[in-house]
Amino acid sequence: MPSYILKRLLSMIPVLFGLSVIVFLVMAMIPGDPAIAILGAYATPENVARINSDLGLDKPLVQQYFIWIGNVLQGDFGRSFALNRPVLDEVLERFRATLVLAGVALVLCSVIGLVAGVVSAVRQFGWVDKVITFVVLAGISVPSFWLGLILILLFAVKWRLLPASGMYAVYGGGDLKDLLLHLILPAFTLAVVAAGVIARLTRAAMLEVLRQDFIRTARAKGLPERSVIYRHAFRAALVSVIPVIGIQAGFVLGGAVYIETVFQWPGVGAMLVKAISTRDILLVQGGVLVVAGSYVFFNLIADVVQTMLDPRIRT
Amino acid sequence: MSDALATPSLPAAGSGRVSSWRLLFNNRLATIGLCMLSALVLMTLLAPILPLPDPDATAPADRLQPLFSAGHILGTDQLGRDILSRLIWGSRVSMIVGFSATLVAAAIGSTIGIVSGYAGGRTDNLMMRGIDMLMAFPYILLALAIVAVLGPGLMNALYAIAVVNIPFFARNVRGVTLGLSHREFVDAARLSGKGHLSIVLTEILPNVLPVIVITMSTTAGWMILETAGLSFLGLGAQPPQADLGSMLGEGRAQLFTAPHVSVVPGVMIFLIVISLNVLGDGIRDVLDPRLRSGALLRPGPVTAVDPERSRPKNGKPSAILTVEGLEIGFTRNGRYSAAVKGVSLHLHPGECLGLIGESGSGKSVTALSIMGLVSSPPGIIRNGAIYLHGEDVLSMPQTQLISARGSRVAYIFQDPLTTLHPMHSIGRQVAEAIAAHQTLSRQALRERSIALLDRVGIPDAEKRANHFPHQLSGGQRQRVGIAMALANDPDVIIADEPTTALDVTVQAQILALLRELQRERGMALLFITHDFGVVTEICDRVAVMRDGHIVETGKTQAVLGDPQHEYTKRLIACVPEIGTGKSFLDRVAPIFAADAEERP
Repeated sequence: MPSYILKRLLSMIPVLFGLSVIVFLVMAMIPGDPAIAILGAYATPENVARINSDLGLDKPLVQQYFIWIGNVLQGDFGRSFALNRPVLDEVLERFRATLVLAGVALVLCSVIGLVAGVVSAVRQFGWVDKVITFVVLAGISVPSFWLGLILILLFAVKWRLLPASGMYAVYGGGDLKDLLLHLILPAFTLAVVAAGVIARLTRAAMLEVLRQDFIRTARAKGLPERSVIYRHAFRAALVSVIPVIGIQAGFVLGGAVYIETVFQWPGVGAMLVKAISTRDILLVQGGVLVVAGSYVFFNLIADVVQTMLDPRIRT
Repeated sequence: MSDALATPSLPAAGSGRVSSWRLLFNNRLATIGLCMLSALVLMTLLAPILPLPDPDATAPADRLQPLFSAGHILGTDQLGRDILSRLIWGSRVSMIVGFSATLVAAAIGSTIGIVSGYAGGRTDNLMMRGIDMLMAFPYILLALAIVAVLGPGLMNALYAIAVVNIPFFARNVRGVTLGLSHREFVDAARLSGKGHLSIVLTEILPNVLPVIVITMSTTAGWMILETAGLSFLGLGAQPPQADLGSMLGEGRAQLFTAPHVSVVPGVMIFLIVISLNVLGDGIRDVLDPRLRSGALLRPGPVTAVDPERSRPKNGKPSAILTVEGLEIGFTRNGRYSAAVKGVSLHLHPGECLGLIGESGSGKSVTALSIMGLVSSPPGIIRNGAIYLHGEDVLSMPQTQLISARGSRVAYIFQDPLTTLHPMHSIGRQVAEAIAAHQTLSRQALRERSIALLDRVGIPDAEKRANHFPHQLSGGQRQRVGIAMALANDPDVIIADEPTTALDVTVQAQILALLRELQRERGMALLFITHDFGVVTEICDRVAVMRDGHIVETGKTQAVLGDPQHEYTKRLIACVPEIGTGKSFLDRVAPIFAADAEERP
């Protein structure tokens, strides 16, 4: 097992390398000449050439990449000109908030999705199944940013049960209870779509597994239906659902962009949207790189969990 | 609701295209989706000729009119613009952008997929690694990065969404193309001198088209949703141009005072996306044959029994197990077909009865039905009775039947690799069989299961108990199956072709073990097989089954020595004898020529 994890960790390296190349290339494609942008009216050819050589922009693209990645590896993501602070500081501070939101949403969507999927499969074609199938369909079709607004209208404005936005109350608060209250709406909204996808897949996987020979064996042993479903069928179905939960981590991290904007959650997503409109490119670059890297890591965890669950892959 | 997932009933013969359309219309939900989508598309197409006010005409005096106000059914927004008009024009923009993004992604992604799958080798490897890189980004993040570079704007949002969806097309199409590129008809086209481009266009493309359509129908909804999302964030449509997402985003400032300004466009996005998704599900069901076969019905815990069944009396009260007039069938697509047609048999304590017949003769169905293990749906017991110690199994309450499984009647199945749970250790699986009927401490359970594994001849049982089925040989796995059957000292063991999947030498060992255990414990054994050789080794009596009927029954030696039925003679003739290999086919061929004539 440890050797497997090590192997998977090593296999992350080319993926992370590829990510950094894509991010670098995308950013290098930005139209316009940075030297002219910096110099403005002073953009004489001599000054442009000087700035370009100062910034290393006269070097070939490959060399530029290695200089850049070298800096990134040392934690130097550059400086955000709009915030006038190191990109890494800002990104890490924001990323913590995103991780709280996305982590809770991921747990929430896994639990809701798995339970709904199993119940739906067990009660196939019953009214519970029909209701769940409809809710799931609605869930994967609803614009999450709109759902967030509706929930704010209902729970914060109309019924005054939950806070409308932010991570902590402005006055007082700051403790765990305050955080949880602020988390409920955004985490739920963020979880809805992913929960729908997971529920659909779990239902299909359960129906597939329930037809397997080893389920007949479990029944022939005289096991009550409940253990047949939960100890035998669910266990086998889970193995094929886990990688999908890993993929959902990507949808949750990406979807956080909307949810953070709607709920004014101080995370990377809201930061990215702001950075894009102020064209704070280095901040965008740093944010994208950190979030994408964490997604690779989430998938690694999903892989390892799957391996732990399935002895056939393990050995 | 269930219709999207249930199998649409198969139409009568027709051309492929017609039947696909008909299948789609047979799916109620997909039809609703198609109608909704058509209505929405029609509405946006007619936008220029509908009597709508100018969507961009501002009227500060009339700002934020509520729903159903005079002249503005859906009210007005923060600049006094008519929301209904903006909604229809905005839907037009959203749909055009969403569908265009789908087309762009489909065109580029499918091209990559076809080239990659058709070329194979290094090209394939390189392209797919690139696609993997794109997929390593969280879905919407890459789109954000692209918009960040190109700058906010509707066209740029379109490109960004298209790029993000390219991998889905590339992967799906590549998989199918890879399979096609080694098929005979492609080789034939190549040998006939066709160029690569011509092969791709005439041979490959028509065959991957369904996959492209499925992927389009399942991703179009996402793309509309994500374009709206980018506009909502202010990165898509820029004022004065408006799509549904930007309407929602701009209306958000008035959320508390005039919620309808942002709620209404959201409802519209929802309607468009849900109708697309419903239709997409329907299209996938029709075009994906795996889902069409209806393989996904959940079998219930016990076989269904017709409440109107005939219930013949127990003709052999002294027997431990009696089957009387059993009729079992399967209902598929509303049509019922019988598999077992009035079978009666009995089993005395300590006796071994062989039930022999070819594949499809109904012997396994008979055996499985005894403890209600035939999958329902589609299986149903139509007639007959099954008596265990004189008690009718088919009238038992479900819980009583379930508790009789394993404790009174136990099963050994054919293929031990698929019949053992792949993710539980064998020790746990045996322990579970014991624990289903006896309450023991963990320690005692473990000891008992190791003892059982040891008894059936698993070497080093204590260590082996922690192994998983895939780590064992076929013979050892079957020994585990036997250990599980023995766990609660049942009165009857039903062995359904327990040696068929094994090598001949292992087969002999397993048979010897079964015979030994049966004598040692005095169990009755119902042994299902298609091999008369096996029957002579182990069975006291034999019942020959064919096409759902028992055609002959009697003491093994008597039947073997003087078979009455033609079919029995054939089965006996099929047992090869050592040294007669050369003449085997000559001996068997005429018998089966007669068999072919007999059947319709």
